[in-house]
Amino acid sequence: MTAARQVARHRNRGETLDLAADVLVIGGGPAAAWAAVEAAAAGARIVLVDKGYLGTSGATAPSNTGTWFVPPGDQRRAAIDRRLALTHGLADPCWAHRTLDTAWEKLHALAAWGYPFPNDETGKPYLANLRGPDYMHFMRRRVRRAGVKILDHHPAVELLGDGDSVAGAAGVDRQRNRPWRIRAGAVVLATGGCAFGERMLGATGLTGDGYLIAAEAGAVMSGMELSAQYAFAPKPSALNKGLPFRWASFTREDGTAIDTAGKDRHVEVAMALQDGLVFAQYDKAVAPELRSWLRQGQPNCFLPLDRSGVDPFTERWPVTLRCEGTVRGVGGIRLTGEDCSTGVPGLYAAGDAASRELLTGAITGGGGPNSSWAIASGTWAGRAAASFAAQIAGRVDDRPVTPLGGAGLQPEAGDKETLSAAEIVETVRAEMLPLERNFFRRADALQNSLGRLDLAWSDLRRQAPVNGLAAAKMREAAAMIATSRWAYASALARSESRGMHRRLDAPSSDPSFACAFEAAGLDRVGVTRRELGQGAPAQ
Amino acid sequence: MIEIVSAGRCIACDICVKACPANVFDPMPDAPPVIARQEDCQTCFLCEIYCPTDALYVAPGAEGATAVSEAEIEAAGLFGSYARALGWRRGKPGGADKDPTFRLRAASR
Ligand SMILES: Cc1cc2nc3c(=O)[nH]c(=O)nc-3n(C[C@H](O)[C@H](O)[C@H](O)COP(=O)(O)OP(=O)(O)OC[C@H]3O[C@@H](n4cnc5c(N)ncnc54)[C@H](O)[C@@H]3O)c2cc1C
Ligand code: SF4
Ligand code: SF4
Repeated sequence: MTAARQVARHRNRGETLDLAADVLVIGGGPAAAWAAVEAAAAGARIVLVDKGYLGTSGATAPSNTGTWFVPPGDQRRAAIDRRLALTHGLADPCWAHRTLDTAWEKLHALAAWGYPFPNDETGKPYLANLRGPDYMHFMRRRVRRAGVKILDHHPAVELLGDGDSVAGAAGVDRQRNRPWRIRAGAVVLATGGCAFGERMLGATGLTGDGYLIAAEAGAVMSGMELSAQYAFAPKPSALNKGLPFRWASFTREDGTAIDTAGKDRHVEVAMALQDGLVFAQYDKAVAPELRSWLRQGQPNCFLPLDRSGVDPFTERWPVTLRCEGTVRGVGGIRLTGEDCSTGVPGLYAAGDAASRELLTGAITGGGGPNSSWAIASGTWAGRAAASFAAQIAGRVDDRPVTPLGGAGLQPEAGDKETLSAAEIVETVRAEMLPLERNFFRRADALQNSLGRLDLAWSDLRRQAPVNGLAAAKMREAAAMIATSRWAYASALARSESRGMHRRLDAPSSDPSFACAFEAAGLDRVGVTRRELGQGAPAQ
Repeated sequence: MIEIVSAGRCIACDICVKACPANVFDPMPDAPPVIARQEDCQTCFLCEIYCPTDALYVAPGAEGATAVSEAEIEAAGLFGSYARALGWRRGKPGGADKDPTFRLRAASR
């Protein structure tokens, strides 16, 4: 047994928790859980660090998640064709096939392990839907049973490198205010997307940390302009679950109806919200059994209304649109191979941390593709990370490593400290959440926002190093501004409209923009165009 | 946002301290945890279902604190109401096998 294989031996060097592992998984949502299970199956010793608690953190745990689950053969080919027709030319059928294939296999594995799927009308288990809290509670047990060491409330703050490869990560145990450092043969980033500080389910941990730390190691982002996804929520709740709104009608304050028939109801409501309050009512759910399925199947959607004493079917109540950024948007770390590699040796990305353009194109992957992607990409990344780590197993413990983090940790000048982390987050919220800035975009407004975001970034860059919990908060703020700048710089470059990227000053889609945009850089953000099929992951 | 830790119901097991993804609670020696970082709460209601004694109450507003009293929530029967709706009991999962969401997905097509 090699040194690295006796993982996770506590070596408490003074204050810092010091560990070693073959594979370090960063995150605690489904992508992280599947990556950990798969890497452990390959015989590797695994540590999983989550900012929150594996079981409740991330976007899946508080929700009820449809999966993209289609049997192989003609039915699957047809489903992919239908989906591709919606993706505005940016998706790749091979990635859809691979995702469906792995999700099919793994959802059956979940059933075999005993996850309590409901039976459908024919008495067969219905595998295309997972109840978030139950699914993630189950996955936690599965991860533990696989022998993975789970460290909850241990946000990663930066990666470690050995000069060539990523060699671990460092962070803070936020409940003990104690630093940790984990050397690893390979790292899987499954840190989810960035919700720009919105008050929505899962958002507390979804600050784009994985994007920042990957970029510092040399990774590139793709599809960041596809970060304008919004979802309905009863105001002022955080319940951005879309399914019940299928049965909603919408009215303005004066009672006039908002016509959504045959249109994108998000766009119609977004326009109305710019003029004043909008109300919703689930009055299209008339049949009593439909109402009871809604209540029983989506109970958290009814909590805000029930607890405010409103009958959602017969009364109207204020509704809002919550910005979901890249969570149910698309952009993220660009993958350079089918194994979820990132172009940085030893670093893999899965789930919402990775760009999902290849799967979902310019539209949201919510409603099925994203959760199947989390399962599939987590599996691929876990497997690839374990085999990368196996090649250097004997050296993991001893190679010299250096921390790769920059902004908020290693000041350029160290002279001034002006904006607090909380103020920086407010700057991000002010630029990224308003409908008139992000949902509906215009070159001049994007430029103005970018100017303010750039200023906030350079302010943060001048900050003196902070320690422990404050460092973790400052790094979240840094990740949020970095993500915002990549998003708006990419949105400027795509001077057309496509899918969720709506440019009021270029409202139609331009065939010459059937390409991807990559964003890179931190102090200076650069956006470059990539032709589809060029430099794309090998088939 | 999280509003109430019911001292009458709480058995100070500190499960919520661990399970809250936003690290909102701080444990206290031999006493119920305190809500130490309410502004970090993401209003996900998950602490309610992990609590073995239905001692927590999350108010629906996500944008700021709400003034609610424990007596009011007790009288309205709201402690544990989300857990009951899901079929979770004593902080343990249950009811996923009866989830009718597949019917909604079929009906929404
Ligand atoms: C309300 C809602 C409903 C949805 N419904 C559907 C649906 O029906 N179908 C569908 O396909 N998709 C749906 N989605 C999308 C789906 O939930 C996500 O695609 C999925 O959760 C992604 O999984 P993930 O593991 O990549 O990220 P997440 O589940 O978001 O998990 C990210 C994890 O990373 C951790 N983390 C972040 N930063 C750090 C750090 N610095 N250090 C350590 N850990 C960190 C977080 O704590 C969290 O545990 C929905 C999303 C929302 C918000
Ligand atoms: S989980 Fe419930 S019983 Fe346990 S400490 Fe928290 S409030 Fe008290
Ligand atoms: S509602 Fe969610 S975020 Fe808020 S205290 Fe409970 S578990 Fe934590």
